Amino acid sequence: MGAAMTEAGLFLLDLLLVLTLLCLAWWSLAATDLFKGIVLFIAFGLVLALAWVRLDAPDVALAEAAIGAGLTGALLLTTLSKLASSIDNPPAKRSSPVLLWVLLVMLAAVLGYAIMSLPQQAQGLADTVASQMGNSGVEHPVTAVLLNFRGYDTLLEMAVLLLALIAAWSLAPRAATSCEMDEALTVSPIVLALFRMLIPLMILVAAYLLWVGAHAPGGAFQAGSVLAAAGVLALLCGKRLEGRLAGWPLRLGLVLGTAMFVAVAAAVMVGGAHLLQYPLASAGKLILLIEAAATFSIGLTLAMLFSGQRPSRGPAS
Amino acid sequence: MDSFFITVACLLLLTLMAGLWRVLRGPTAVDRMMAAQLFGTTAVAILLLLAEALGQPAMRNVALVFALLAVVTVMAFVHRAWPGDEPRHQQRGRHDDVE
Amino acid sequence: MWNSLSIVLIMIGMVFFIAGTLGLLRFPDVYTRLHALTKADNVGLGFLVAGLMLQADSLTTALLLLLIWVLVMLAGAGAGQLVAQAALQRQHPVAKSQDDGRGHD
Repeated sequence: MGAAMTEAGLFLLDLLLVLTLLCLAWWSLAATDLFKGIVLFIAFGLVLALAWVRLDAPDVALAEAAIGAGLTGALLLTTLSKLASSIDNPPAKRSSPVLLWVLLVMLAAVLGYAIMSLPQQAQGLADTVASQMGNSGVEHPVTAVLLNFRGYDTLLEMAVLLLALIAAWSLAPRAATSCEMDEALTVSPIVLALFRMLIPLMILVAAYLLWVGAHAPGGAFQAGSVLAAAGVLALLCGKRLEGRLAGWPLRLGLVLGTAMFVAVAAAVMVGGAHLLQYPLASAGKLILLIEAAATFSIGLTLAMLFSGQRPSRGPAS
Repeated sequence: MDSFFITVACLLLLTLMAGLWRVLRGPTAVDRMMAAQLFGTTAVAILLLLAEALGQPAMRNVALVFALLAVVTVMAFVHRAWPGDEPRHQQRGRHDDVE
Repeated sequence: MWNSLSIVLIMIGMVFFIAGTLGLLRFPDVYTRLHALTKADNVGLGFLVAGLMLQADSLTTALLLLLIWVLVMLAGAGAGQLVAQAALQRQHPVAKSQDDGRGHD
């Protein structure tokens, strides 16, 4: 069993992955049964994570796993349950297949042209990043780029997430202030047992992913998504997080990540550096500080987005 | 040894593709959901095999996240989105406050 | 020696994955399909993880593999119970002969 066989096996695996992904993407789009479409999309997320791993992008695979398994499936299923009463699946109107095929061929041609016109030996920025790793304060290149070299982008992403929540809240109904469990929901002992065992583990794994991000795939977004999944699980088990978390503690938690990022970004300017130019000696610690705050805020924001309700102003009694 | 792991991973991916038939055919929502659950376990198995074969320990963390969060989707399905007839004793939506 | 034991264990795991998929495809109702797929979760992944643990380069890796298996079992067992309970509540039929398990009642 030599290297050639390994290569051949990997080629076969990649081929199967691409085939499965294309089928899943097509079927989930073409499904007239919305539930079927959702399940196909969940499966698509699973296979996509495998594909990211094969593309040597374990950071993206981790994010896909956390968001796909922890958030998207639950979000789509919950949305479907809210839609179910309001719409029946309308019979799909058949537009002219000729037009469809013309459009498809044109799109395929454009995409094909784009791929063919890519330079054969793209230099990329990998070498530049590798040569500057010593100045980053961390050992994992992806974390170095996200939090240090291109920290500005990540800061704006945090702000975008916050804006998304504000937009969702402006459209959402206000949640009841009650703090108790959903009355209608009879919580079975199995749900409670799963809840009690999994929530602490999820928080622990989120902390682990945050920590490991300094030298291996992981980081604030992955950790935040796992934390959000813990929140989603709590909501699904009938816990009223919106009632429990309200008023200024919630709002403080939501802006903590962005605020910490801005505070650090500005604080380094006091020492005469540029915005987000961390001093080398403390870069690692500053990045961990920002990421810890960001993890917390990302988790809270995503869980609140899942809940879809605007919490009340004051804390529950 | 590595090529053995990769062969098994390919076979597992093939079983996943076969399981898709159940998702496509149904007939009920539960059948589709159960198939998705099996895919989750299959994906974990493939990731663990590849982590060993390719020497990429980060893949085990991806598998860990999948294993940890497998419950969330099923919970959403059972509590929120089981379509068709409601359970006999109660209506368990929490969206009745949305008008 | 360890390698061949690994191969045997992983092959056994693989058999359970294939059996689980076949059961999912061929069994007549929700409950029997559930039974089939939890075998892949518990036993299939169990043997596979056992085979991989023999290959692990460190104790941490072996323990991580074990943790992943336990988590998948927990999810499988919990989800199996929840789904079966909910299916019973909604009176999903138990297959007798040629019933395809369609949820009308």
